[in-house]
Amino acid sequence: MNRPIRVLVAKPGLDGHDRGAKVIARALRDAGMEVIYTGLRQTPEQIVAAAVQEDVDVVAMSLLSGAHNHLFPKVVNLLKGEGVDDVLVLGGGVIPDDDIPFLLESGVEAIFTPGTPTKDVIDFINTNIKRK
Amino acid sequence: MYDKKKLEDVKAAFKNWEENKVNKSLGKFPERKERFSTGSDTEVDRLYTPINVEDLDYERDLGYPGEYPFTRGVQQTMYRGRFWTMRQYAGFATAEESNNRYKYLLDQGQTGLSVAFDLPTQIGYDSDHALSEGEVGKVGVAIDSLKDMEVLFDGIPLDKVSTSMTINAPASVLLAMYIAVAEKQGVSSDKLRGTIQNDILKEYIARGTYIFPPEQSMRLITNIFEYCSKEVPQWNTISISGYHIREAGSTAAQEVAFTLADGIAYVEAAIKAGLDVDEFAPRLSFFFNAHNDLLEEVAKYRAARRLWAKIMKERFHAKKDKSMQLKFHTQTAGSTLTAQQPDNNIIRVTVQTLAAVLGGTQSLHTNSRDEALALPTEDSVRIALRTQQVVAYESGVTETIDPLAGSYYVESLTNSIEEEAMAYIEKIDNLGGATKAIENGYIQKEIQNSAYKYQMQVESLDSIVVGVNKFKIEETEKKELLKVDPHVEILQRKKLQKLRDDRDNDKVNETLSVLKEKAETEENLMPYILDAVKSYATLGEVCGVLREVFGEYEQTVIL
Amino acid sequence: MDIQERLLKRDKRACARLISMLENNDEEAINIIKRLFNKTGSAYVIGITGPPGSGKSTLTDRLTKELRKEGKRVGILAIDPTSPFSGGAILGDRIRMSDLALDKDVFIRSMGTRGFLGGVSKATWGAVKILDMYGCDYIFIETVGVGQSEIDIVKMADTVLMVLIPNMGDDIQAIKAGIMEIADVFAINKSDLDGADKTKMEIEMNLDLNEKKEYRPPVVKVSAQKNEDIDILLRKLRDHEKYLKDTELIHQIRQRNLKTEILQLAEEEILRMIMDKAYENDLLEELSIKVEKREENPYTAKEKIVALIKD
Repeated sequence: MNRPIRVLVAKPGLDGHDRGAKVIARALRDAGMEVIYTGLRQTPEQIVAAAVQEDVDVVAMSLLSGAHNHLFPKVVNLLKGEGVDDVLVLGGGVIPDDDIPFLLESGVEAIFTPGTPTKDVIDFINTNIKRK
Repeated sequence: MYDKKKLEDVKAAFKNWEENKVNKSLGKFPERKERFSTGSDTEVDRLYTPINVEDLDYERDLGYPGEYPFTRGVQQTMYRGRFWTMRQYAGFATAEESNNRYKYLLDQGQTGLSVAFDLPTQIGYDSDHALSEGEVGKVGVAIDSLKDMEVLFDGIPLDKVSTSMTINAPASVLLAMYIAVAEKQGVSSDKLRGTIQNDILKEYIARGTYIFPPEQSMRLITNIFEYCSKEVPQWNTISISGYHIREAGSTAAQEVAFTLADGIAYVEAAIKAGLDVDEFAPRLSFFFNAHNDLLEEVAKYRAARRLWAKIMKERFHAKKDKSMQLKFHTQTAGSTLTAQQPDNNIIRVTVQTLAAVLGGTQSLHTNSRDEALALPTEDSVRIALRTQQVVAYESGVTETIDPLAGSYYVESLTNSIEEEAMAYIEKIDNLGGATKAIENGYIQKEIQNSAYKYQMQVESLDSIVVGVNKFKIEETEKKELLKVDPHVEILQRKKLQKLRDDRDNDKVNETLSVLKEKAETEENLMPYILDAVKSYATLGEVCGVLREVFGEYEQTVIL
Repeated sequence: MDIQERLLKRDKRACARLISMLENNDEEAINIIKRLFNKTGSAYVIGITGPPGSGKSTLTDRLTKELRKEGKRVGILAIDPTSPFSGGAILGDRIRMSDLALDKDVFIRSMGTRGFLGGVSKATWGAVKILDMYGCDYIFIETVGVGQSEIDIVKMADTVLMVLIPNMGDDIQAIKAGIMEIADVFAINKSDLDGADKTKMEIEMNLDLNEKKEYRPPVVKVSAQKNEDIDILLRKLRDHEKYLKDTELIHQIRQRNLKTEILQLAEEEILRMIMDKAYENDLLEELSIKVEKREENPYTAKEKIVALIKD
């Protein structure tokens, strides 16, 4: 691909632990991607509005508070509502194995739990990007 | 401390050993790595000898437990007198369920309560606020009003337990509710013991549950200092926290530096508000992390104690010993827990427990093995508590005070951590203090750089995490996890609606408008917040009024 | 409905996609601009520049909210530097504009410089036109905060706002030379800090040296954080707009800017032609070997490449 991949890195909900989000933002930048970082306390609506205006290829969300089952699918659905079908939605954070099948079914493309090397995330994005 | 002549002999012998013995052996048996380092990536020498601590002056640098500079501990007898307080942070879902968990923990031999609040509570939103969606009761208990607080402590005599509350931006509101519950139990506020975290600066730096801008937040904090020094004299009014700074990826020395820099900012704010340093300083407490590098962590606690004592004495001219003593709570490091092979976490927590105890902690929370996956189950919490009990009763490390003192390595590390921390504090002073260094993103940037560097070391296998980047297995075992019932949110909202319907709303509006009026003055807000919560104004309403007057903080991010 | 129609119907996704296409040198985006260019020119473009940490994003957020009170549609282009090592970038200006994300009449786009110097990106010129077609009344361009080099903004904007903060010490000396000429309005942000008055006075004194000019840039103290005096700042910005329009100077400025733009586009095209020829059939490789062996010299080598594009 002849253009930088654009990724929205977002912290939905009220959780303030952004170590993971910031590390991933830097790793994606160092892999040549343009990372739009939105900061803390973003509602699903704000995340989707930013994803649309920034025309991103990927929406990557990080959440450690346990509200993922509510917030991640909501972002997926709002994106659908806007007619966006070419964006890869990823989730990361403290997410129990039991919740992962539900999240994948609801349209989150991949879930990365603690301990995932940043390289795995980069590879996943490069392989699964929907727009060429 | 050492005889000059003898030290010369040691130097000569050391040189001889290195040049003639070690170098020869290295040819045949090379070492495992080019460079050895601590968990915080400080280079570590092959061997430590008196040469590394030749300037150490026992009386000046170490002294005696309970005496300046408190390097060896803040009490005369330490764990020979009594063990640290074993305090497990707990709280989830509704006040009823958390109340049950507290009673269980007290039955199991826990000696203090530690309340975890959910995120809406920590950020001053009621459970029916739009931003609370999906978050109610998730990481802690949901408290909307005094009603919930009454349930939370139902059947727990507040004059008998000490309670630690992890609450920061709305700390004054939750403290007010606690005082009000005690009053209903017939316990006067001077009998209350416990701690509120009340450390807003590290929220801006690392944890994220801020509400108001720094200036107004500092005012609320000094209001609490002043109020408690008169009305709740046994209460620890702040827990200045390095824990979250470390969790965000800082090094051990940065943890000490940024925590003490925050501490300096609070002391300065209180003095500026007209308080006497020896009035409030004895009620300051600290909260540190316990990571895996056992000896570095022990050195960290000792360095922090010595540095804080010097700061209080030399910079703030404190007179009382108690003002110079750095008392601290410890929690084992959540960020070191792995989702892979979670039982290994029990071992990590054991090492971290040893670090905290050998470092002289006053209280300790041990994490449960499954916390990288979800909130801990009751079984996991019990193992975590048992870990502390095994160390206390079986390991033997509690029988004498500060047993690692005098180790050439530990003393040398203690010195170097103190020096590095001091250099950071000077830098922060030059930037205009901790608040400024946070507002311009300096502290956050330093932490992020350390976090990123560590992540890259793990990925390049320069740092090994057992079960994650080495010794991996195919995991099939199904782990039993605690799930918060999603109906909690609906239930909590119903309770809140009922409260709004049943209470005397004229009274609520009146107390809130008085609070708003007073917020615009310089008066201490504690009494007005107390009036508001007693009228069953909700947390969100009280914080809402203050938001209107104070505005909200916007984070600084420099990546 | 094709993307051009959707843009004119004020569809955010179409607008966003067209900016991406432009950033990626997509011919279709250029064709759309060609077709719709006569519909542009009604948006007023304000460049916001200043050193790092001066609070440009927060100020942009506040000015936008002020304009929204009047019902104006606002577009924001926020530019951050692209890493020269990886080609990646972290674009973080939206953090300060979270509230605006959901306003249907505000469009915010973050852009990396992608190797372009001067505090903006190459695609910024085109992105302004797309936001103009999309129907923005005002367009803010927030430049990279890099000190002196964000000067290109002056070749793009109708009005340039320079944001400064007190106590910049030597920094202000260093950038003063470059900024005094380009700024149409000065904002001293963080006005609650000590030294705000001193900074204002320093600027005023420098402006005194340029007394001959008919228009004197105003210096306004504001606090973006506390939302103080933003209305005054906006009024000064619009005074400048009115001045340019009343005196018809606006046409001179826009023509001057367009000269730069046209030349720049031409430069780019020629550069690309040169690159194509240079790398075709390993010509550059071959020439460099010859020059290194002293069989050829750099000047005749250049002439050989240039000769190819002259055909």
